[in-house]
Amino acid sequence: MNKLTFSIGGIHPSDSKISRGCKIETLPLPPKVYVSMFQHLGAQAKPVVAVGDKVKAGQIIAEPGGFISAYVHSPVSGTVKSIAPRKDLAGFAVMHIEIDVEGDEWAEGVDLSPELVTNIPEDRDFILDRIKMCGVVGLGGATFPTHVKLNPPPGKTAECLILNGAECEPFLTSDFRILLERTDEIVVGAAIMQKVLGGCRCVIGIEENKPEAIEAVSASVARLGFPGMSVATLKKRYPQGGEKQLIDAVMHRQVKSGGLPIDVGAVVQNVATSLAVYEAVQKNKPLVTNTMTFTGNVVPPERQHNYLFRIGTPLSFIAEQAGGIPENAVKLVSGGPMMGKAIANLEATTVKGSSSILCLGDETRRHPETACIRCGRCADACPMGLEPFFLKKLYGVGDTDALERNAVQDCIECGCCQYSCPAYVPLLDNIRMAKAQVMGIIRARNAKK
Amino acid sequence: MLVSPSPHLHSPASTNSIMRDVVIALLPALVVMILFYGWSAIIVTAVSCVSCVGLEYAISRWLMHKPSLFNGWSALVTGVLLAMNLPSTTPWWIVFIGAVVAIGVAKMSFGGLGQNLFNPAITARVFLLISFPVAMTNWAMPQGFIPAVDAVSGATPLGLIKEGLKSGQTISEALAASGLDVHYVLRDLGASGGEVSALALVLGFCYLLVRKVVKPWIPLSILVTITVISAVFSGIDPEHFTGPNFNLMTGGVLLGALFMATDYVTSPVSNLGGVIYGIGIGLIVMMIRYFGSYPEGMSFAILIMNCFVPLINRAFHQKKYGRS
Repeated sequence: MNKLTFSIGGIHPSDSKISRGCKIETLPLPPKVYVSMFQHLGAQAKPVVAVGDKVKAGQIIAEPGGFISAYVHSPVSGTVKSIAPRKDLAGFAVMHIEIDVEGDEWAEGVDLSPELVTNIPEDRDFILDRIKMCGVVGLGGATFPTHVKLNPPPGKTAECLILNGAECEPFLTSDFRILLERTDEIVVGAAIMQKVLGGCRCVIGIEENKPEAIEAVSASVARLGFPGMSVATLKKRYPQGGEKQLIDAVMHRQVKSGGLPIDVGAVVQNVATSLAVYEAVQKNKPLVTNTMTFTGNVVPPERQHNYLFRIGTPLSFIAEQAGGIPENAVKLVSGGPMMGKAIANLEATTVKGSSSILCLGDETRRHPETACIRCGRCADACPMGLEPFFLKKLYGVGDTDALERNAVQDCIECGCCQYSCPAYVPLLDNIRMAKAQVMGIIRARNAKK
Repeated sequence: MLVSPSPHLHSPASTNSIMRDVVIALLPALVVMILFYGWSAIIVTAVSCVSCVGLEYAISRWLMHKPSLFNGWSALVTGVLLAMNLPSTTPWWIVFIGAVVAIGVAKMSFGGLGQNLFNPAITARVFLLISFPVAMTNWAMPQGFIPAVDAVSGATPLGLIKEGLKSGQTISEALAASGLDVHYVLRDLGASGGEVSALALVLGFCYLLVRKVVKPWIPLSILVTITVISAVFSGIDPEHFTGPNFNLMTGGVLLGALFMATDYVTSPVSNLGGVIYGIGIGLIVMMIRYFGSYPEGMSFAILIMNCFVPLINRAFHQKKYGRS
């Protein structure tokens, strides 16, 4: 079969999917959860409960703080203990609702039965409303509110819904596991999104290193028989799951700089988002659970896990359940090793987009920077076709005009350049700062217009 | 616990591993050279390598006070390349002067690894060629551990032909006058030492390709340019212009194209830039050989094109995503 891939740059890190064989286990309820008000892209959510309130699992506890924002639900039943700022995993203070867990009682109308519901509601607005009211956000990393993404602006139509099952980050296996264990639900979720988008076709893209998932999804697509849906095998190549790269791979189209995927008729959603859409629309179940991987090179094989967890469970509780953080772990990462965030605070809580606790050993230590030898590996690796060594130099001399001309604002921060640099130059560190500077200038200029 | 921005992993490749790969890739040709030229080649190589590495260490440590500038493998690459660029009869002190020019002048005075405009080994070779023309053009016939053809010492075949043409002879007259067998120079040269070392050079280069250390575009564009130009000229007038086979196999074209023109620091970054750079080198080599007063020209061609690299880098960029 013809394997698809993007046309510029990319790297081939070892895929290290150590936990691929671990079935999804349901994590026990923690004694307390801390629900963050900032689990999505956009404005922070506003709490609608007060200290002392009794809440049920699946009940709304915060509402959107703007157009691009999302509802937040209680993941557990219990009593609201406090509403106060608390440090997130990077150490920034964010408003959290602390809930003492008491039993496991769910809000009315939430269907917890395992039966597959394949009848898709006819009313598009009903579906969108359900997705919005259930607080569904993109679970591929950016946590962009799904109801906004599924509602293209007037004049733009979706031609293709791309379901992202690439999971191109090394180590992560939660998408792989749900593709195997929740296959039909994901496929129905995709069909729901197809309907919302006006009946466009749907391509489910899965990397070739997950043949079992490709087989299972293909069988499910054939069995359920939704029109216009197909499975595409993607080459194993990072960042295959990047939105722009996936559109290039599947549709052979490139999103213009500064543009949106919908400009080329594409809507990309992660497979985990598809599952959340299914649960929201077919089961009226808000996004209060997600799947994550506990893994890493320093984690012994028997302590590797894929967990179904309640969003708001502290990271430390998950680590404890998994048998603790190995002593030779040097760095903990939430997310993949290429784009994930280092965990500065294990007392922080899980959010909607949490996909892993990754325990990295000595391999993650940075080497001292040496001189750039202009080998061009960073430029070869950049999936956006940028020249990272040059951008770093321009940032060094503070030439923001040249930085903009050389498209620093197009950087997707995938980390390919820094990964490839044989001189251990911290390219992305520099480019991130340059990008922030240039984006600020562009925003200021647009505001003036 | 460490906290730092992503990415949290790094590829196994480092500057050291890349330079080590280049040294490994040069080994087959080095071994062939030693087998054919014997002890004198070993001495030249040893002096060159030890002086290059030693000078880089000394200069970065005691002159620039920045020991982190020292990269032993990179200096070793320069040492090996310099040795392969010198006749095996070169006296040790000339080799040492070459190392001083390569490391001290061409590399460290520009700021060390990654900062030099010109390829260090070639700069040294050209410096020596101009300063010690006799020692540098004394072409020793193979006289090593493997008994080759009758050992003689004299000018290089390129030099012979150039002198002959200057005095109004044709190529075959020049070769006949020199006492060298025409067939030896034009065909069998390739079949003996020349081709064996050519094979070794290509073998080493293939290793670099497999290890993804270099891309083939620069050497390919150089070799294709040389082939096309010499095929056209020798096709029109074979008595005054040498042919492609001869031009590809002599005068360090292969060594230059495969290992010197591909030096990261002094060659363009983008693929298209590399092709332009390669075509430029090919053109200049053939212009020097056909119309210049130097018989050879590979070193000059690379140095001249080195000057254009910053401009080429400015003019040719990668294809960017979504900006066509």
